[in-house]
Amino acid sequence: MSETVLSLKDINGWYGESHVLHGVSLDVARGEVVSLIGRNGAGRTTILRAIMGMLDQRTGTLSVMGRDMSATPAHRMAECGLGYCPEERGIFASLSCEENLMLPPPIRAGSQMAMSLDEIYAMFPNLKDRAQSPGTRLSGGEQQMLAIARILRTGADILLLDEISEGLAPVIVQTLARVIRELKARGFTIIMVEQNFRFAAPLADRFFIIEHGSVVEEIHQADLAARMDDIRTWLGV
Amino acid sequence: MPEIFGVPVPVLYGQLLLGLVNGSFYALLSLGLSLIFGLLNIVNFAHGTMYMLGAFLAYFLLQPLGLGYWWAVVLVPIMAAGLGIGIERTILRRIYKLDHIYGLLVTFALTMIIEGLVRVWFGVSGLRYAVPDSLSGMVDLGFMKLPIYRAWVIVAALGLCLLTWAVIERTRLGAILRAGTENPALVKAFGVNVPLLVTLVFGWGVALAAFAGVLAAPLMQLTPQIGHSIIITVFGVVVIGGMGSILGSIVTGLGLGLLEGLTKVYYPEASSTVIFVVMILVLLVRPHGLFGKQ
Repeated sequence: MSETVLSLKDINGWYGESHVLHGVSLDVARGEVVSLIGRNGAGRTTILRAIMGMLDQRTGTLSVMGRDMSATPAHRMAECGLGYCPEERGIFASLSCEENLMLPPPIRAGSQMAMSLDEIYAMFPNLKDRAQSPGTRLSGGEQQMLAIARILRTGADILLLDEISEGLAPVIVQTLARVIRELKARGFTIIMVEQNFRFAAPLADRFFIIEHGSVVEEIHQADLAARMDDIRTWLGV
Repeated sequence: MPEIFGVPVPVLYGQLLLGLVNGSFYALLSLGLSLIFGLLNIVNFAHGTMYMLGAFLAYFLLQPLGLGYWWAVVLVPIMAAGLGIGIERTILRRIYKLDHIYGLLVTFALTMIIEGLVRVWFGVSGLRYAVPDSLSGMVDLGFMKLPIYRAWVIVAALGLCLLTWAVIERTRLGAILRAGTENPALVKAFGVNVPLLVTLVFGWGVALAAFAGVLAAPLMQLTPQIGHSIIITVFGVVVIGGMGSILGSIVTGLGLGLLEGLTKVYYPEASSTVIFVVMILVLLVRPHGLFGKQ
């Protein structure tokens, strides 16, 4: 197995007074696609927010590329290579499509992972046509592509994608699946939170099942077929 | 002498000019207030105090320090920004997550403290600050005589307003600022030092207010209370224009200044209340203000 790029050890997290993560531990290797699955409210989104330093309080050890980042303030997390695509997409209404795309500052000069604007527009041709439109005038699918595209420019190599298939038409979801495969082929490490298991199933190398704010099970792609019954039970479908 | 609705034309123009001058101050102040509310989520009651402080700092630079008007134009906004940055770092930073009312209370307290200090230092009797020689005198425009200083006030204030607007709407820094107003947590997650941005915006807003104070100094009797009367009007302007709209602040500030000027000509009794009448009407019809977004 290749080097671990992201490691959570016994992460506990709080929103105000409420204790929402209970000892989350997981490792992600370079170039891997992992998916956090579980019921609504199980804490999957919260794990991504904990990694980005967006909770009110967090304990435990978070390391990126082997460096301990537990005490790093939120605005310094991106520079260790994290690109965050939030739930609800986080497109800024007062910015044009292009301004949204150019907003995240480059985090490392000359990073090989950073995609050029041409490469990004080749991957998402719609965004080029809509460059001057206000961000929230875009369709749901275009907004989702914009939210992914804007973290590919910066040199981030670990992508945290939160519910990217949510509420989108099947044809768009297929496009996103193709995008994920292409990003994996380019060497990006991807952690995706998914409600849509059928979307995540063929894409991820490993699945972490999240329940009550902790990891209850880890399943490899190779064991997926054999564990389907368990997964159905966990997801409650 | 020609008249419009029974008012001699030169008198009308004179009042409109005065309205434009006041409108320039409203625009400068409401712009800063709006910026600060957008990014810091704080209703800065101390904004009028910063305007007052700007005027008194100009006075202080002249006497005892002997530094004239142009020094004040440059130095006072910098000094005020420094004070603002200090206040943001030590006090305001602690209350962002709390309800708006705390921000209002804290800045009200700051108002009382700063005003008290100014009263101790300069006294309560009105001080005079002379119009600088380089800007004194009149130009005859044919239809009216234009005092050069008033023309300078309008040009300088509007220039600074438009500069601020251009930076916010047309530059990358401005895009980050607009994004930070919408969703600061996400902008932080992209690696932008939002706390630093917040500090700088507060400093800039305070500098605009202090600059307005310097511009106003030669036009009035300087007393520690001048911040009070203007901040109430400026709150009205911000409510009418819509919190958070930059262009709205500028246009509304100027428009209401002119309206006030016209009211002084035709129905002077209402001149100090007309803005609040408009405010009530606007709140009834468009609760988010003329330029505000839902």
